[in-house]
Amino acid sequence: MSDEKERIVEWMKQQKKSKQYFNDVCKAVPELNMRQAKKFINELVAEGKLKYWSSGSTTMYMLPSEGDVAKEEEGMA
Amino acid sequence: MALKHQTPMLDELEKGPWPSFVSDIKKVAARKPMAEDLLGVLELSYKEKEGHWKHGGIVGVFGYGGGVIGRYCDRPDLFPNVAHFHTMRVNQPASKFYTTDVLRKICDIWEAKGSGLTNMHGSTGDIILLGTTTDQLEPIFYELTHELGMDLGGSGSNLRTPEGCVGKARCEWSCIDTQDIIYDLTMTFQDELHRPAFPYKFKFKCSGCPNDCVAAIARSDCSIIGTWRDDIRIDQEAVRAYIGGDFLPHAGGHESTKRALDIQAEVIDLCPTHCMEWDGKNLKIDNKNCVRCMHCITIMPRALRPGVDTGATILCGAKAPILEGAQLSSVIIPFIKMEAPYDEFKDFVDKLWNYWMEHGKNRERLGELIQRQGLGAFLKACEITPDPRMINTPRFNPYIFYDPADVPGGWEHDPKAFRERHQA
Ligand code: SF4
Ligand code: SF4
Repeated sequence: MSDEKERIVEWMKQQKKSKQYFNDVCKAVPELNMRQAKKFINELVAEGKLKYWSSGSTTMYMLPSEGDVAKEEEGMA
Repeated sequence: MALKHQTPMLDELEKGPWPSFVSDIKKVAARKPMAEDLLGVLELSYKEKEGHWKHGGIVGVFGYGGGVIGRYCDRPDLFPNVAHFHTMRVNQPASKFYTTDVLRKICDIWEAKGSGLTNMHGSTGDIILLGTTTDQLEPIFYELTHELGMDLGGSGSNLRTPEGCVGKARCEWSCIDTQDIIYDLTMTFQDELHRPAFPYKFKFKCSGCPNDCVAAIARSDCSIIGTWRDDIRIDQEAVRAYIGGDFLPHAGGHESTKRALDIQAEVIDLCPTHCMEWDGKNLKIDNKNCVRCMHCITIMPRALRPGVDTGATILCGAKAPILEGAQLSSVIIPFIKMEAPYDEFKDFVDKLWNYWMEHGKNRERLGELIQRQGLGAFLKACEITPDPRMINTPRFNPYIFYDPADVPGGWEHDPKAFRERHQA
């Protein structure tokens, strides 16, 4: 895993809240502009190391350990 | 067939003269338990005056951050069939041209794998498929993409599905090829549509002329509205025919009996800039003062037509009220040719997004950012020169601040010396 991706995952692990806005995730790689950071965040999603959470109007990012479909559905069922 | 839930309050909504969504859902409920429970939960909400839906979640199709909106009912004990009731947004074809075959196939997919209920169309223009379960999301997506060549639309902090009016396909007033523009933007910005990285939603809407049938000026962060920069084309013969009562005003849109058009009261006096004149024989337009409102053209379509040097005006910043109030877009590029491959426009969009992504707060729309930082900051970031046409009423808004770096020769400002001269 590239250094940037590792730092993003590390940063996610350190946060108290499980869901993070894109702007905030980018703080993990402050030397990159948002569009450069997006490339790494996209890759992490494709690799299953980050997950999207969407309210319908806003999207946030989570670690897969925090966001589990079965748990989400169970919580409701 | 008797339905499972009693719905006395919903039943009231079937009594008026208008088509009723309750009757529609009841029709589906006769064969789909999901629709049946949907009626039940809605009745309960009406009774308790409280919603029973929880929006949002991690459900989606692999690799896409938008297009699926997770929805769960918080009373699955009472309404188990809508315990999971996710929405899918399907990217509509440009200008919503379908074949009936495609519509049938979409309905078949949804009948088999979803609630059978659709919403044609959502305010973004997407086809909204209402209500399915998580296990069906990928199979539906597979069929949509592989069998129908259709894709999911945008949701969340994405570029939302771009939308355009019917344009040149059916409308003689269209100054730009709205379908091509929307198709091109949709294909160019696939990454932005499916992989959310914006502070909030972002919408492009494109209308072929200032009649703005998709309400781009009210609903999109970036509105592309067709216009012209030469003169309105006038057929004087046809103007006289309207006055003589040979043609129906508005092409019969508001009335069906022929009558003489009162050109003074119905056209000249209603021109917002009073730039028209009727001398009893000929209509004259002072085109320099015409603001392209379309009024005269719309009332006399046989006599007047937009010019031939066509293009678009780009406006930015519209939004509905969430933070701040509702806002219309403001003119940012007064005229752009808007011809394929739209490179000049896309360069502008690139700068706009860079600015918004770097400076926008979470959940801040572009219009709110412009309001917070000022139009000047936005124009600078997009490398656009300020222009009086960006101001609603330039003569009433004379406060323009110049940056010494932008004025040839510049100037020095010595605040200390200034304070000595202006002590209070
Ligand atoms: S916006 Fe103008 S061009 Fe588009 S459909 Fe409406 S009238 Fe026609
Ligand atoms: S388009 Fe509007 S502003 Fe222009 S001449 Fe016609 S009525 Fe006047």
